[in-house]
Amino acid sequence: MFRNNYDNDSVTFSPQGRIFQIEYAGEAVKQGSVVVGIASKTHVGLFAVKRNAEELSSYQKKLFEIDEHTAIAIAGLTSDARVLSNFMKQQCLGHRLTYGRPMPIHTLVGQIGEKAQINTQVYGKRPYGVGLLVAGVDENGPHLFEFQPSGMTEEMVAFAIGARSQMARTYLERNIESFADCSKEELVKHGLRALKESLVQDKELTVENTSVGLVGLKEGPNGRPSVEPFKLYDGFETKEWIESVSESQGGEGEGEGEGEGETAAAGDGDGMEVDS
Amino acid sequence: MDHRPQAWGRPRDDVYGAYDHSYMQENGPKQNTQQPIVTGTSVIGIKFKDGVVIAADNLASYGSLARFTDVKRLRPFADSSILGFSGDISDMQYLDRHLTELSLSEAYESPDKPRLNAANLHRYLSKLLYNRRSKFDPLWNHLLVGGLDDNGEPFLAAADLLGSTYSAPSLATGFGAMLAQPIMRRYVPDEESAKKLTREEAVDIVKEAMKVLFYRDARSLDTYSLAVVTKDGVELKEDEKLENQSWAFADRIKGYGTQTV
Amino acid sequence: MAAMFSQNPLMNGPNYSFSDAPKTARGEPREHAFNPYTDNGGSTLAISGADFTIMAGDTRHTSGYSINSRMSPKVFKIGGTTANQDDATIVLSVCGFAADGEALRDRLDTICKIYRYRHGKPMSLNACAKRLSTILYQKRFFPYYTHAMLGGLDDEGKGAVYSYDPVGSYEREQCRAGGAAGSLIMPFLDNQVNFKNQYIPGSGEGHDLKERERRTLSRPQVETIVKDAFDGAVERHIEVGDTLQMLIITKEGIEEVFLPLKKD
Repeated sequence: MFRNNYDNDSVTFSPQGRIFQIEYAGEAVKQGSVVVGIASKTHVGLFAVKRNAEELSSYQKKLFEIDEHTAIAIAGLTSDARVLSNFMKQQCLGHRLTYGRPMPIHTLVGQIGEKAQINTQVYGKRPYGVGLLVAGVDENGPHLFEFQPSGMTEEMVAFAIGARSQMARTYLERNIESFADCSKEELVKHGLRALKESLVQDKELTVENTSVGLVGLKEGPNGRPSVEPFKLYDGFETKEWIESVSESQGGEGEGEGEGEGETAAAGDGDGMEVDS
Repeated sequence: MDHRPQAWGRPRDDVYGAYDHSYMQENGPKQNTQQPIVTGTSVIGIKFKDGVVIAADNLASYGSLARFTDVKRLRPFADSSILGFSGDISDMQYLDRHLTELSLSEAYESPDKPRLNAANLHRYLSKLLYNRRSKFDPLWNHLLVGGLDDNGEPFLAAADLLGSTYSAPSLATGFGAMLAQPIMRRYVPDEESAKKLTREEAVDIVKEAMKVLFYRDARSLDTYSLAVVTKDGVELKEDEKLENQSWAFADRIKGYGTQTV
Repeated sequence: MAAMFSQNPLMNGPNYSFSDAPKTARGEPREHAFNPYTDNGGSTLAISGADFTIMAGDTRHTSGYSINSRMSPKVFKIGGTTANQDDATIVLSVCGFAADGEALRDRLDTICKIYRYRHGKPMSLNACAKRLSTILYQKRFFPYYTHAMLGGLDDEGKGAVYSYDPVGSYEREQCRAGGAAGSLIMPFLDNQVNFKNQYIPGSGEGHDLKERERRTLSRPQVETIVKDAFDGAVERHIEVGDTLQMLIITKEGIEEVFLPLKKD
């Protein structure tokens, strides 16, 4: 039987130049439920579908506030995400303390990128099994970053990670032109529609399983932009939004039966404790 | 007379007394700064409606000796803020190197526009000074930071070797707090009057105050640096001369020196 | 002859390999010239009412006889979710060495923020009060040189004031004045807030005198007392003056008021 000899640790290259453990960590991200992020000129929105391991259990949180001006959405191992989120919270507090300003998003993402990269180059360590979307605003405006277990980070206009996220990405690609000038409300609608694309056939967005998070800039006291702190919308706060997209969705009539992608990801709560 | 090389350049004990070893111990417990050595005197600063004017003379004294007469004590940061140092010159130079590093890493993160504004910089430096004083290893400086704050308003604040911080429409360190500050406060008693002050007026006030400092502060020089910070950047002139000096008043001062009448 | 260059250790006879503690030219041990503390003057005052607390302080910042700044507040909101502390419920006042005061404020605020991350709710006033005590005591042998006070509403919604010494001893009190003019204001407070030495005129002689009935004070009454207390302190203490900063904590939130004081 074929056995892969190059996946015993996260520091050894295969002869094809791959590091399998990192790729496997990437798979963990794909098993987490889908999260979407979209940036406009003034706001960034994070959108997530929460999963419950079983009927009786509660829904696992997907969006976390890091500081008043930044937040993350997670897909993958929640426990690994908690380590990263605690680290990011500490860095943001420390930065505020020493410089008296919010941590620039690029700097923050750079720090977790570096932290994750170390895990791929030091023997005996394991890559983080979680992918993040980091949303935030700083003096250069709103930003959305993608973070992968490999330590890769990249700025995005809009992105989705997690199970069946390809559908959401396709939706985002189709609408990319419209995001920049979106209002908050329009951003939410795009976000929720993208989420819907990635749902399994008989699953719906409900007030229980949907999370929306928004952070942005607003008009400050003397005409200068000031931070509109991150706000998380859960439960009934999302009701109207969900209803509004369920109607318009019917109008657009996009119900293609997406076949692939379902195979690996669809199963709820299989094997490993993966996100949610 | 001892002509061995070890003795070259050393003050003779029979003339000057034995060397005080407490100043320089080659081995023994590590000693932190107990006093400044080469020092710069006052720095003064004033806010006006679009920014800040700040000035300091170019002298570095060694005790009462005017040791270095071309030392620039104003330092721009990222072309958006200005720092004025008084106190120990070597600690100033240490901070200067440190700030160069900081501004490089900032510029690397965000090449398009400076992001650490004067308010951020002031907070950073005051934390640095406070940390050092808490280690009983102070950086012996009293500094002024001028520039713009988060809202683009003029910003002027001081930080000292203890980590104390304060901000006012006009500020002065050292002797300047006694001599220059009363003059400047006559023009800008509060923030409202600083909002009305023009750039030209502010520069004139600072020049006038620098003149008084030169008249009355024995450790001062008539060559000085003057910087104006606005939203357009820092304009720094490092070779200003005091103009229209008048020593006529000196005749009227009695009770000092060799005067007999 | 060569012995005149006495810094050559070999010529000075046997010695320790390290030199002794610093000595002055006269051979006396030289004192450390660096003093890590200073006093920045100013005064603070806190009074708790039935359903409110008022925390007040002047805004003068001094070094010796110099006024560094006329607007340097020493009463701070603590534990809000954002940097501008809009939703804060607790107020800290610090008097003494201002740099230590601000370091203490930053420390406590960070701790409140981390508490919120961990527990998903704001810190209660009495938890915060206890924590402040431990923070101060942690630096028992290099203290924060401040007279701290913490004010807010307790779990029942009643006004509460906690006052501290520099090393963390604390007590919940009705009212307290601290800082430079603390000893000037406190007796006034005893009389006006706790009705000490107030008797009903003509109600008797000596021990038969009847005490005036003690009443809880309303918010406008307390505001007047605070202003009067500071007007008095400004008159008699050079380190107090410029502006009175008053933070009124009620269940609706925190209201901030600035009133002018004498600037002389």
